[in-house]
Amino acid sequence: MGSHVTVDKLTVSAGGATLVDALSFTIRPGEVLALIGESGSGKTTTALALMGYARRGCRISGGSVRIGDIDVLGLGARQLRALRGSTVTYIAQSAAASFDPSRTILDQVVEPACLHGTMRRAEAELKAIALFRELALPEPESIGQRYPHQVSGGQLQRLMAAMALITDPEVVILDEPTTALDVTTQVEVLRAFRRVVRERQVTAVYVSHDLAVVAQMADHILVLRDGRMREVGATERLLAAPQNEYTKSLLAAACPAPRASVAGSGDAEVLLRVQGLSAGYGPRGRDGRPAVMVLQDIDLELRRGQAIGVIGESGSGKTTLARAVAGLLAPSAGTLAFHGRPLQPALAQRTREDLRRIQIVFQSADTSLNPSHTIERILARPLQFYKRLHGDALRRRIAELLDLVKLPRTLADRLPGGLSGGQKQRVNLARALAAEPDLILCDEVTSALDTVVGAAVLDLIAELRRELGVSYLFISHDLHTVRSVCDEIVVMRHGRKLAQVARADYQRGPHHPYYEQLARAVPELRRGWLDEQDRARPALAA
Amino acid sequence: MSTITTPGGFAGRPASPWFARLAQFGATGWIGIAVIAFWALAAIVGPALLSRTGAAGGGAVFAPISADHWLGTDYLGRDMLARVIEGARYTVGVAFVATLLASGIGTLLALLAAATGRWIDAALSRGLDTLTAIPSKMFALLMVAGFGSSVPMLIATAAVIYVPGAYRMARALAVNINALDYVTVARTRGERTGYVMLREILPNIAGPMLADLGLRFVYVVLLLASLSFLGLGVQPPAADWGSLVRENIGALADAGSSVIVPSLAIASLTIAVNLVIDNLPGHSARERGVR
Repeated sequence: MGSHVTVDKLTVSAGGATLVDALSFTIRPGEVLALIGESGSGKTTTALALMGYARRGCRISGGSVRIGDIDVLGLGARQLRALRGSTVTYIAQSAAASFDPSRTILDQVVEPACLHGTMRRAEAELKAIALFRELALPEPESIGQRYPHQVSGGQLQRLMAAMALITDPEVVILDEPTTALDVTTQVEVLRAFRRVVRERQVTAVYVSHDLAVVAQMADHILVLRDGRMREVGATERLLAAPQNEYTKSLLAAACPAPRASVAGSGDAEVLLRVQGLSAGYGPRGRDGRPAVMVLQDIDLELRRGQAIGVIGESGSGKTTLARAVAGLLAPSAGTLAFHGRPLQPALAQRTREDLRRIQIVFQSADTSLNPSHTIERILARPLQFYKRLHGDALRRRIAELLDLVKLPRTLADRLPGGLSGGQKQRVNLARALAAEPDLILCDEVTSALDTVVGAAVLDLIAELRRELGVSYLFISHDLHTVRSVCDEIVVMRHGRKLAQVARADYQRGPHHPYYEQLARAVPELRRGWLDEQDRARPALAA
Repeated sequence: MSTITTPGGFAGRPASPWFARLAQFGATGWIGIAVIAFWALAAIVGPALLSRTGAAGGGAVFAPISADHWLGTDYLGRDMLARVIEGARYTVGVAFVATLLASGIGTLLALLAAATGRWIDAALSRGLDTLTAIPSKMFALLMVAGFGSSVPMLIATAAVIYVPGAYRMARALAVNINALDYVTVARTRGERTGYVMLREILPNIAGPMLADLGLRFVYVVLLLASLSFLGLGVQPPAADWGSLVRENIGALADAGSSVIVPSLAIASLTIAVNLVIDNLPGHSARERGVR
């Protein structure tokens, strides 16, 4: 049974900045409280403060945290060490980064119990195996003998939960435990987490930016922004009748409305035609096939002004498809045609005009902008390179581009490091638009962004399409995102195209079973969705 | 984290002029600049200001510091102050040019290897590995034996010896940058290899390469000093600081100023170069998004 958690006027500061500002809340024993907000809202900082911990450069400067009868912030270093890992435990976002790759999993899972002396190693191992079984891990008796790289990401996340639960803690902190996982894996992990949390009646704090996930897990939701509490309430109430403006915008972003399509794109000329495309990595064999085949026999037609979404799990070959179209990876078989003319397979063989017409926008805005170039210079280069603009004309065009992606013109002098994630992604789009392309390849452009910021970028993408008539090949693992901006969806798995679904048929079935599975795996923004899934599951298995 | 711990918001500030950048130098950076400026001045105008030249001998041998000889005299009774200042020309000049050459050539080759990949990379890497395999003193000995000892010869020898190290360092950095998305974007834009090398990759490895340059400068000074110590470097009667140490090694037993002063000169210069490089504004400024 968990403990009562009481947080009163908790304040965390770093230098002159206040990260968490006089936050107060209570959690009743056995309940789950979700802390929700965008990055930088102070949700992880708050969660860490529950263990009396502040990251380097930060300081807990006021307030109190009580877990049961313990005043956490009043404890000395030795008592804190005794508290962490036994009374309060922590499940981090990236299990892959939290396990020591050179030791077996069991060795690390039983460590908290041995360290705190709550049980002997043999007992702890038995308990760990019981936990593995409870968390629905395969081969619970032997999985502990493996090393972290020998299990999948979703399994590792559950193994980390076992590590956190082995000492029978009173409070568990889950810090974005499913954010790094695929949708289909996420459901499995959520299911396992929810069961152990419910059965053990442990008090839990669930940190996330995803309202739909939180709706399945939490009894209460606390909305944070800029370190201040915006709203707190029971999950049903908060989802049904949000009172704060920010909560409303979060809710609106979580269930994206379809963006208006371009009328008449169905009978426009074919812009890109992909026929029998196969590609892979590694040295080529005698038959011309690469050692590792990633894409096999892909056919695709993209009309002018159309947006086609490509979805699939990681490793399904969606990014490789974009790389092949962009010319970064020469296909081993098949042809590409653009504007009815064949497109050369390799980058070096393509004309500058062909290169201009296809632009690519990558997922991570951090690595796709050169950190030592100013925004002005980043946008100027394609204009100089393709259009030979200079002087006033160049400056005017850069200002126009910044207006187009709705960024203030004063940003031009800054370096990418001074921009937020959403702003960087807009610069990224502006750079692609500078070339005045016909086709933009968007590779997971909103995956690294917060829900609200991502929704704004999606709006921009849809608007640009209406105004400029550019076509998109929109790659994502998130069916919601793809549905909201695309006219057609291509489903990929293991490098093959499984199905193609037109916009009009999104809601109508029946579709390919894998599409259905993907569609079902996206958590819906209401309570009880996961329970319905659980009930539907035996029927599916049969 | 640095963005959070920095007090006040830099975000709204426009690009600052160059003197504002110099103002970010810490106190240690300024000390370094002062010491380097002192030795550079000594090398350029020092000899003209001296009342006597280092060639004039005939006084007391290994004389201590006195009003007449500010830094004492050497093993032939020559004035140590004059000897050290004349030696600055060789040490500062030769070491500086050799280091610039070594780091410059190494970095350029590394950029070429990273940006083109495959055959050029393999050929360059294996070729320079071969050079690394030859012990540096042996190589210098061979060069001096083959071509005689002269200042251009010494510069070339030191540069060749330190190119592979600089290449390895720069290549490791450049290969990482080359894999980033912005370089891929530049390639899909159709940019030539030269642009990718110099505009996309170079600015992002410049910081670590400057730190490497400082370290390498120290190595080159030490190499030249040790060559001179072996009698393979600058030939008498001219002398760099390394030769001065070797010439006056006889005074070591008495802790004479003639052996301590040139050693201190070598130490001060190398420490100063590293102080300056450690204070160069680079990464931290970039993370704040301000130039």
